[in-house]
Amino acid sequence: MRKLSPEKIVDSFKSALGSDFIEVKIYQREMAIKKNLFTSLWIHVKRQAFRKAVEHICELQEYPHLAIISSSDRGDDVELIYHFTIYYGQHLAELSLGLRVDVPKNDLKIPTITDIIPGALFTERETQEMMGVEVVGIPDSRRLFLPDDFPEGTYPWRKDETGPPQDMFKVLPGRQQKWQQVKE
Amino acid sequence: MAASKGIERYTIPVGPIHPALKEPIRLDLSIDGEEIVDVDVIVGQVHRGIEWLGMNRNNAVQNIYIAERVCGICNISHPFAYIMAVEQAAGITPPERAEYIRVIIAEMERIHSHLLWAGIAAHEIGFDTVFYLVWRVREEIMDLMEYVTGNRVTKAMFQIGGVRRDITEEQFPRIRQSLDYYKSIFNQLKTTFLEDITIRMRTKNVGILKAEDALKFLAVGPTARASGVTKDVRQDQPYGAYADLDIKAITPDMVTGTVVGDVYDRIIVRLLEVKQSIEIIEQCLAQMPPGDILAEPKIAKLLNALKKAEGEGVGRHEAPRGECIHYVRLEAGRETLATWKIRAPTYTNLMSIPTMLKGGQIADVPIAFASIDPCMSCTNRAVLVDRKTNKKTVLTHEELHKLCVEKMRRLKAEFDR
Repeated sequence: MRKLSPEKIVDSFKSALGSDFIEVKIYQREMAIKKNLFTSLWIHVKRQAFRKAVEHICELQEYPHLAIISSSDRGDDVELIYHFTIYYGQHLAELSLGLRVDVPKNDLKIPTITDIIPGALFTERETQEMMGVEVVGIPDSRRLFLPDDFPEGTYPWRKDETGPPQDMFKVLPGRQQKWQQVKE
Repeated sequence: MAASKGIERYTIPVGPIHPALKEPIRLDLSIDGEEIVDVDVIVGQVHRGIEWLGMNRNNAVQNIYIAERVCGICNISHPFAYIMAVEQAAGITPPERAEYIRVIIAEMERIHSHLLWAGIAAHEIGFDTVFYLVWRVREEIMDLMEYVTGNRVTKAMFQIGGVRRDITEEQFPRIRQSLDYYKSIFNQLKTTFLEDITIRMRTKNVGILKAEDALKFLAVGPTARASGVTKDVRQDQPYGAYADLDIKAITPDMVTGTVVGDVYDRIIVRLLEVKQSIEIIEQCLAQMPPGDILAEPKIAKLLNALKKAEGEGVGRHEAPRGECIHYVRLEAGRETLATWKIRAPTYTNLMSIPTMLKGGQIADVPIAFASIDPCMSCTNRAVLVDRKTNKKTVLTHEELHKLCVEKMRRLKAEFDR
């Protein structure tokens, strides 16, 4: 497969997704003495075009590497970033590609991509239990890390009322005051 | 076949605590006779809620030290990836000398980790002589790390915008002495691991992972490279001083001419990587530029800048076990991190375990599982243990201690009688 430059990749996303493409950020830095370029792309798409965007990444690279899904509680939305890398296997050729998608809290759903990338299962299970984002069509919806007796409807990574309640933490003796300061 | 005779398949749970596993994890093996037909991996036994601490309690600099404690073996990899993520988020550029020192320390860690693994692999197949030999040899690099950083394990070398300690010209001879020692014994190690009949019998054609499966299940590090996938962050998207060095991913065909993707190939990859690390350290010592080691030596000033910073960043480092990635988001006015996501290499390598074990025999489980060099404390790091809402939950330390004391008293009473 022919390797595209970062700008060309952005153009290919724009033509594939049309109005569902929101924005792109290109981060570049020169490294150490030889000043070789380190490039990462952050592409923001609408949720309805998310699967299409992942399929498009598969057109750029036969087996794109999905490192992890990171999720942030942004108030009304949950922001998911799928951290992909493409063009690996050659010196200085790889590109990091963060695929960003916002999921509104009143409809916390995202389609699964395990049919495209089977290895995405663990991170989808983790996103589901930690952030409360329902992954539609996930082949194995069990919890990954949380114990079975962890209460339903509590999500450790959330910053709203569904986050872990105060009485779930055990504050060490002598640290009470410091803990209060941190909470305030 | 078994189903047609009306015999049910048996399920054998291995773990969470099992003599064959060094760290807690549960493998549920469905077996048909001696053959493994299905595997379920159950993780989550060593949660410590590290990401939560980073997002709720600690500031960005304090988090370096908690990142260092994600894993005892990769205590360089996690802070390395973490500080790169924060530097990208806050727009800080470390001095060039610091980039070289980081790489030297990271490669020392790779040597010690691969030797540690080689010992464990020998132990798993019951070859304890080699286990003792390798671990004795490993002491040299531990001593060197103590000499350079002041500590054997948690080295506290990293700081946002540089490193905390310099490697000076006077230290070079001692570093070279250790590297020469490893070069002098490398061929002996190679013969022991690659020629020995016992090791060959137990590792050849065991736990095979094909290149296509490695790509599908997102395998990283030596696990992927042993299957012929030339994936190495140091080569693909080099960072820090790696960008100045011409690093080539190591695959087993460099020695054998073919790629099988079995445990034996994983031994080859790790052995050759020890040699590669020695070469990298030598190159770094030769090319290291003079200059500062910190972009901002005043911690109060640095913390202030980080508190005002707004942005996000990703740090990827090739840890001994594979790509380690940290994602960090900073919000202006917030002392802690807004988001912190850690992904250790074992997290994705575990996805390949069912493929590796299926069709194999129960007796091969320990070595096949150990061949990905699993690190459970890295993988499981993100949860709070609930002690109040449900009765059947985990015992607290106090309760456990109480039980322990009671048992001691009981035994003592029996003994006195």
